[in-house]
Amino acid sequence: MIEVKRAVSATTLAGILAFGPVFGAGAETKTEPGSAAKADAPSTAKSDAIAGTPDDHATVEERITEFTLDNGLQVVVLPDHRAPVVTQMVYYHVGAADEAPGESGIAHFLEHLMFKGTKTHPTGEFSRAVADIGGQENAFTTDDYTGYYQQVPASALKMVMAYEADRMSNLVLTDEVVKPERDVILEERRMRVDNDPGSQLQEAVGATLFQNSPYGIPVIGWRAEMEKLSRDYAIAFYDKYYTPNNATLLVAGDVTAKEVKDLAEETYGKVKRRADPGTRERALEPEPLAARTVTLTDAKVTQPSMQRVYLVPSDSTAEPGEAEALDVLSDILGGGTTSRLYRSLVVEKGIAAGTGAYYGGTALKEGQFAVYGMPRGEASLADIETAIDAEIAKVREDGVTEAELERAKNRVRKNMIYLRDSQTAMARRVGAALSTGRTLQDVETWPDRIEAVTVAEVAEVARKYLTPERSVTGYLKPQAPVAADAAMGGAKPAASDADAAKPAAAESRS
Amino acid sequence: MTMKAFSFGLKNLAAAASFGLLAFASAPALAVDIQEVTSPGGIKALLVEDHSNPLIAVNFAFKGGGATQDPDGKEGLSNLLTGLLDEGAGDIKSADFQAKLDDLGVSMSFDTGYDNFTGSFRTITDFEDQAFDLLHLALTEPRFDEEPVNRIRGQIVTGILADQNDPEKIAGKVFRETVFAGHPYSRPDEGTPESLATITADDLKSFRSRVFAKDDLVVGVVGDITPEELGRRLDQVFGDLSAKAELTPVPMAVPVMGKDVHVDLAVPQTNIRAAMPGVLRSDDEFFAAYLMNHILGGGSFTSWLYEEIREKRGLAYGAYSYLSSYDHGALLGIGTATRADAAPQTVDIIRKEIERMAGTGPTQEELDKAKAYVKGSYAVRNLDSSLAVAQTLVGIQLDDLGIDYIDKRQALIDAVTLDDVKAAAKRLLDVSPTVVTVGQAAS
Repeated sequence: MIEVKRAVSATTLAGILAFGPVFGAGAETKTEPGSAAKADAPSTAKSDAIAGTPDDHATVEERITEFTLDNGLQVVVLPDHRAPVVTQMVYYHVGAADEAPGESGIAHFLEHLMFKGTKTHPTGEFSRAVADIGGQENAFTTDDYTGYYQQVPASALKMVMAYEADRMSNLVLTDEVVKPERDVILEERRMRVDNDPGSQLQEAVGATLFQNSPYGIPVIGWRAEMEKLSRDYAIAFYDKYYTPNNATLLVAGDVTAKEVKDLAEETYGKVKRRADPGTRERALEPEPLAARTVTLTDAKVTQPSMQRVYLVPSDSTAEPGEAEALDVLSDILGGGTTSRLYRSLVVEKGIAAGTGAYYGGTALKEGQFAVYGMPRGEASLADIETAIDAEIAKVREDGVTEAELERAKNRVRKNMIYLRDSQTAMARRVGAALSTGRTLQDVETWPDRIEAVTVAEVAEVARKYLTPERSVTGYLKPQAPVAADAAMGGAKPAASDADAAKPAAAESRS
Repeated sequence: MTMKAFSFGLKNLAAAASFGLLAFASAPALAVDIQEVTSPGGIKALLVEDHSNPLIAVNFAFKGGGATQDPDGKEGLSNLLTGLLDEGAGDIKSADFQAKLDDLGVSMSFDTGYDNFTGSFRTITDFEDQAFDLLHLALTEPRFDEEPVNRIRGQIVTGILADQNDPEKIAGKVFRETVFAGHPYSRPDEGTPESLATITADDLKSFRSRVFAKDDLVVGVVGDITPEELGRRLDQVFGDLSAKAELTPVPMAVPVMGKDVHVDLAVPQTNIRAAMPGVLRSDDEFFAAYLMNHILGGGSFTSWLYEEIREKRGLAYGAYSYLSSYDHGALLGIGTATRADAAPQTVDIIRKEIERMAGTGPTQEELDKAKAYVKGSYAVRNLDSSLAVAQTLVGIQLDDLGIDYIDKRQALIDAVTLDDVKAAAKRLLDVSPTVVTVGQAAS
């Protein structure tokens, strides 16, 4: 996916639920900007011990190694010796879309319960061991995969690998820990969805776009079904899907492929195959025939907004070149402040506070392409929709220019350089790809495939996929007319974004 | 140009730590070579050279130049300025400026807190000359044309209006206004629709020329650049700034304790915030308080609040505490969110945990583990990019911690005793907290 400097913010199609102790995956914990040191000096680099392995001047992609253990666990190593830190990630190739009917939320619930202890290590021991060395850890669940990770000093890699391998097969759950944790996920749903009309609309749009696919069910689950989730459901799901032959281990950082191989044999290598989940099936979407609209009206909404989501192919299901063309299309149409939507709606017409486009192409089955906008000043929701429609009509009729395409490719080239500056960004990309039916080679050849995209291909995917019948348009509206007047005239005192209760990163320190 | 090179080898310290009674894995062997660079024009920066990627990351701050400097009635001025520096400068108008940044692959962003105005900049070395020129223009000759000013102002106002009924935003606002009543820290740093409406291009120009100066500037740089090159770049970018900033003095804030404030909002989950006195960064007891906070609610999966509220009772998804150490005031904040009918019970738990910390305090084992975390996490956290390191270099200077801080830090933490932590807890937490709740009134 093309990464833009100004992040798309209004829609979160990915639906990732991070298991964090605090809201928004650590947003409110005290960060230590004054103490966020990085051992980035070249002097800490050491040469890779494996013969034939490219040296440290090679790009991250060139240094990636992949192998598979006898029990079927796929292992990927991404060496980066700039800091004495490693990140371990395990991606299970199972997510919310694999849940049985009536059990929505079980994939995410199990993700929480994976922290509740094993036959050998009581609840909390793994987390305490990570905390004792200043490590960071977390986990997340999506429609197609579930991930667990720890970032620790390089010397602690074996320790976290041993713990992670242990909970791949030895999880023990009792009602004593399961029941309070079910209350925790219900609070998580209240926080993320029930308290927020925008999230409620998001759920409704998803449920409408996917008429048959499980992608229409929220990852966190429907409340009534979440309330019935139990230890037995969790263990059944665990026994069916959590097995080395259904997972990818990624290790990024100050380590060699040989070291990881030895440690992986010693730890994960002892985990037996527990199940054979077989081919991943998903109920597929029928060819959509009806343009749909969904409206959520709520007294708490003070600013209206709209979004439109189109059913499109994903990286995994697209014809060759189509996913890349959709990626470029989303960037030209709505990626950042130089995009067509921003220039037209925000700058030239001055009717929008924000607008953009987004391609969600990382999925085992169908992908999504979204456009969105929020009016500003006197402009109405209808003004926004008319202007977005005009931009979509224009790109469908006239396509994009060579200059626009070249600029988009240029952004990708630059972003690849920045991506290599991050120890974990490439690992996350690889983990997501390998969990959604793609290969390591697909990740490595992605920049080349973007380079190969033509203006004709971009116009073709716009014409083929940005059609009304493939779409759901969602409207978030205030309960008219009282709140709408306030929004226009600013008659009511405004709550501010500024928030002393959250430590501002630049101001808190240790 | 003068240069001082310091090399920090934490390997020995890490090894020493592992001889402790508890069998912790040793902290990472951290070696950060920080150089102090002074440009021919006299501008200083801290630099970590890293030639493994063709990137240069620059972070900088104008100390004391944050939202406290917004004139009364013009709240949100510094925040508006953060959105306008890259919207046209010199002879280059907004759209062209954005296109140049895009073409060069430069990322340039600005931010403001209550205390400081900060900037973050990253470029690929191929285009660094043009990139540094753009940064120079943004800081010295921003245009403030009518279109971008109205556009960015409109975006901010829309955002403020859209968040009017957001329970977390309301909780933050009421918390701030209650705890810092009457002080600049109580004001909304984004401003209000009314205050933003009064701000003119002249206000923006005046704020820039008053705040952006050489004597309140601190700079941190990481990446593919030598000290000699950096010296030239510092003069290129910052050399035209005025010598002295003209900052409005800010009084010390004394956080207001013992207040209970409830805001009624029809949402199923109640936001809870609590405030206790905190410590300034310059306080001798800073690390004692920092470790105490870590045990109370700073440690993500292991703290008292997390254990009592989430793990034992399933009352909330998150429960945390933090220290806010501003330049002119400090507090210890606590936050969580729970279903409406459980809010009173959850507030009681928070009060009890505060009392327990002030009364009996933590055990030696809890303190040892907190120390190990706080030391070890220094290297592990925020290692993700060059910008994160550059930010650290700025933070060290903002707090005047010294170029050898990374080396000293472990010893400062090791020196804290259990009695120190208990004394800090007693000093800070032996009062009734201010508590803010936003949600449905409990029946």
